[in-house]
Amino acid sequence: MSRRTAHAAAPVAGGARVEVLGLSAAYGRTRVLDSVRLTVEPGGWLAVIGPNGSGKSTLLRSVLGFHPHQGQVRVDGVPTTGMPRRERALSMAYAPQAPVLPEGVTTREYVTLGRTPHRPLLAAPRGVDRQVVADVMDRLGLAPMAERQLTTLSGGEQQRAVLARALAQQPRVLFLDEPTAALDLGHAQQVLDLVDRLRRQDGLTVVSTLHDLTLAGQYADRLALLSDGRVVAEGSPAEVLTAQALSTHYGARAEVVHGPSGPAVLPVRSIDG
Amino acid sequence: MTTTAPGAAGTVVAPPARRRRAWPALAGAGLALVLALLAGVWVGALPLPPGAVVVTLLDRVLGPLGITLPGALEGTEAAVLMELRLPRVLLAALVGAGLAVSGAAYQGVFRNPLADPYLLGAAAGAGLGATVVIAWSPVQSVGPIGIVPLAAFVGALVGVGCAVALGTVAGGSHTPTLLLAGVAVAAFLAAAQTLVQQQNTDDLREIYGWLLGQLGNSQWSDVVLVLPYLGVACLVLLLCGRALDVLAVGDDEASSLGVHPGRLRLLVILAASLATATAVAVSGLIGFVGLVVPHIVRRLVGGSHARVLPMSVLVGGAFLVLADLLARVVLAPAELPIGVVTAFIGAPFFAGLLWVGARRR
Repeated sequence: MSRRTAHAAAPVAGGARVEVLGLSAAYGRTRVLDSVRLTVEPGGWLAVIGPNGSGKSTLLRSVLGFHPHQGQVRVDGVPTTGMPRRERALSMAYAPQAPVLPEGVTTREYVTLGRTPHRPLLAAPRGVDRQVVADVMDRLGLAPMAERQLTTLSGGEQQRAVLARALAQQPRVLFLDEPTAALDLGHAQQVLDLVDRLRRQDGLTVVSTLHDLTLAGQYADRLALLSDGRVVAEGSPAEVLTAQALSTHYGARAEVVHGPSGPAVLPVRSIDG
Repeated sequence: MTTTAPGAAGTVVAPPARRRRAWPALAGAGLALVLALLAGVWVGALPLPPGAVVVTLLDRVLGPLGITLPGALEGTEAAVLMELRLPRVLLAALVGAGLAVSGAAYQGVFRNPLADPYLLGAAAGAGLGATVVIAWSPVQSVGPIGIVPLAAFVGALVGVGCAVALGTVAGGSHTPTLLLAGVAVAAFLAAAQTLVQQQNTDDLREIYGWLLGQLGNSQWSDVVLVLPYLGVACLVLLLCGRALDVLAVGDDEASSLGVHPGRLRLLVILAASLATATAVAVSGLIGFVGLVVPHIVRRLVGGSHARVLPMSVLVGGAFLVLADLLARVVLAPAELPIGVVTAFIGAPFFAGLLWVGARRR
């Protein structure tokens, strides 16, 4: 494919395999994750779903090394525990659920922060950094607002800027915590389409949490259902999204409708009123 | 690249803010600092001829190289310039630079625009230290160093040390806990200071004179004393500029970008506190510089710490030299406390900036 050469911003080595082996974590004495075991193939998209408080964000934060945990995380077979942070940052990028958007910083300056692990902390961005940043912003349609203040962008544009910052890292695995939490349906679809395109073009591995089950089923190729800190179901969207599972783990009444783009979850109102 | 950003082709976007370059602003601020320094040595009870001042300064700089310039000042004028004015304006510039860069660093570390260098108990600790020795110390100096600056320096570092220790024990690297620990420590030390002060009302005048800040007795020895501490602290802070920009996006994201938020925060707090303690030791408590100068600078060059920190050094230095100049001339031959001047011209100026900023939006 000539695509790889066309995009300087493409990850150098494509996506990586991510293995999570017996990962447990706690807040104080409360156990939040219990021996979680997951595998994501290179170029795959795993969506972690589960009811509120099931440990989705903690799982992402533990895998990334922000939260103390037991167990092992391997990226392409290499354990990340004990790996220097910079080195980890070269393969794993992260976009949090509620990103802090600094004041008085332009979109370009913000996206350029993604180049941090690629150069000494004291050094100014070099030509290659500026090129990668320009390419990423171009791909995500951010070029027109490059010099605008980040805080003046719309919610959808800000979400794309956060994504652009993560992509400027040229990671092999992209971790997204609720990338659509603050977006309406149209903008949520735009962002997920974008992630999907990047994944297909660059072979990037994506691990995300998603609370919208229908979107999760349509975009991810594998789902892991987390309940009380344990993986209770893992597999293709059709395998995981069942009325039975939604009832058991979400306490929800819902039908699962199988459409051409994947299973859709349809809430059903109780009829005792 | 041949791909076009969706929605970009043919659309006219709101006029993009022009791209900010750091060098013109830095050069301008550097020039402002030099002019402020020159004004500071020209103006005073004995006005000195500007041209001769410049010649004299060049003559002294080039002297060791065996070059002498004609037209240099002599006698009393030379003494006023070299022994009174020059150390004073240099000390003012150093103190202003240290306070301003510390303030900018604190604001960055705490992601809080209201943070200033005195936030974590540095001011209260220094105040207590100075008050205790003014009231009770039998000696005036330890070796060549005055006892009041020494006590203020130690007090400031002890204050910050207590706040950081308490904050770390209580909340790890959680910044709100650290802020609250600073508030608690500052309140306690300020209460202790008031207690000592009320028991020694004879010394009130001296204590207040110190608390309001003064540069009146500045000597070359003060300049030499503060230079290494302020130099090291400022250098560390300037080197941390880019890292602080990364920290601004949040602890988790900074970690994901390869930065250690906890370590960085501690390093910056220690360096900023060293600068603050040094400044406080030789000049007393000069308010407003550390709070306002970084905000003025952000209006000029944006929010990136890589630019805000060096600009704060230059603008803070210039600001305090000019404030000191006003403190000398407004009520001449009497002198105003410089802390009064910084607040008096700083506050309206800042209010004006906010007003203009609000209208522009």
